[in-house]
Amino acid sequence: MEPFLWLLFSAGGVVSALLVPALLFLFGLALPLGWVTPDYTHLSAVLGHPATRVVLLGLCVLALFHWAHRFRYALYDGLQLKHLDRVINLLCYGGALAGSAAAGLLLLT
Amino acid sequence: MADRITLRVTRYRPESDTEPTAQEYDIPLRKEWVVLDGLNHIKDHLDGTLSYRWSCRMGVCGSCGMIVNGEPKLTCATFLKEYAPGPIRIEPLSNFPIVRDLVVDIGDFMRKLPRVKPWLIRSEQERPAKEEHLQLPAEREEYEQFSMCINCMLCYSACPVYALDQDFLGPAAIALAQRYNLDSRDQGSAERMDVLSSADGIWACTFVGECSAVCPKDVDPAGAIQRYKFTAAMDALKTLLLPRGAR
Repeated sequence: MEPFLWLLFSAGGVVSALLVPALLFLFGLALPLGWVTPDYTHLSAVLGHPATRVVLLGLCVLALFHWAHRFRYALYDGLQLKHLDRVINLLCYGGALAGSAAAGLLLLT
Repeated sequence: MADRITLRVTRYRPESDTEPTAQEYDIPLRKEWVVLDGLNHIKDHLDGTLSYRWSCRMGVCGSCGMIVNGEPKLTCATFLKEYAPGPIRIEPLSNFPIVRDLVVDIGDFMRKLPRVKPWLIRSEQERPAKEEHLQLPAEREEYEQFSMCINCMLCYSACPVYALDQDFLGPAAIALAQRYNLDSRDQGSAERMDVLSSADGIWACTFVGECSAVCPKDVDPAGAIQRYKFTAAMDALKTLLLPRGAR
């Protein structure tokens, strides 16, 4: 199981590092502060396109699994709670699954 | 530069001490002296009972690793003047049981090392070679940095995962396994995989990277482990997805 969780962690780290700063810059700074003025109908069409939704869902799912893996080891080693591994695994990966489902609901319906 | 410096050295004599204590020695501070020269001065002129390991004095044997002012260092390659005016704390390597003074028991590593089969493995069906196995310079470069490991145990001493879980195979053993896995003459990577990709192998590593930071030979065990995680994960994916014949 560990290799697959690590692959999700690894992929999540890569896509988060590549996409999240760009998205934060665009939608957190550049648009609200008026540094760029997009054509809103075009932007709405891009954001509403199924491919954009699938990419965003992929980003959400992978980023959540990246968090889950990292937080699990932060609890294991940082707080030395490895004896609670079942609870921690359930909390971390269960949380990532629940978050993924919520992202799926929001983005695909 | 002052001409004297104080070394605060950990002492532990199991026949009389219940726990390690510190003892201070005032020694000459010379610009060409490394920490090991300071310890040898103590041993020769001040206190012959001090115990520590050393051999080559030139960063090859890997015997003289100690904690110098809180950092794992080869004492033969660490100059006293870098720590002037002192005092300098000299402690045995962390994460290992202390035998006496600055001498630690590295038996745990010595038992782990053969488990990763750190030698060239060739197929058993193959006839013994009549001539040497040739290798291109580029093929040698693949594994060369991992072959620089001198088993000095600084990486184990620095590893926070090994500090918490002594079952972890550890940085040097995994880097040495990769030294052979990446060698074009070796055919044993499948035999090493079970041990390397177990829960106590690469998967226990959380990529803190201290092992690579303290390595005196620039080996980068953390890189070796990350690289092997990808290899092992791809292998696990293939086992899951591909039919037996196509793996």
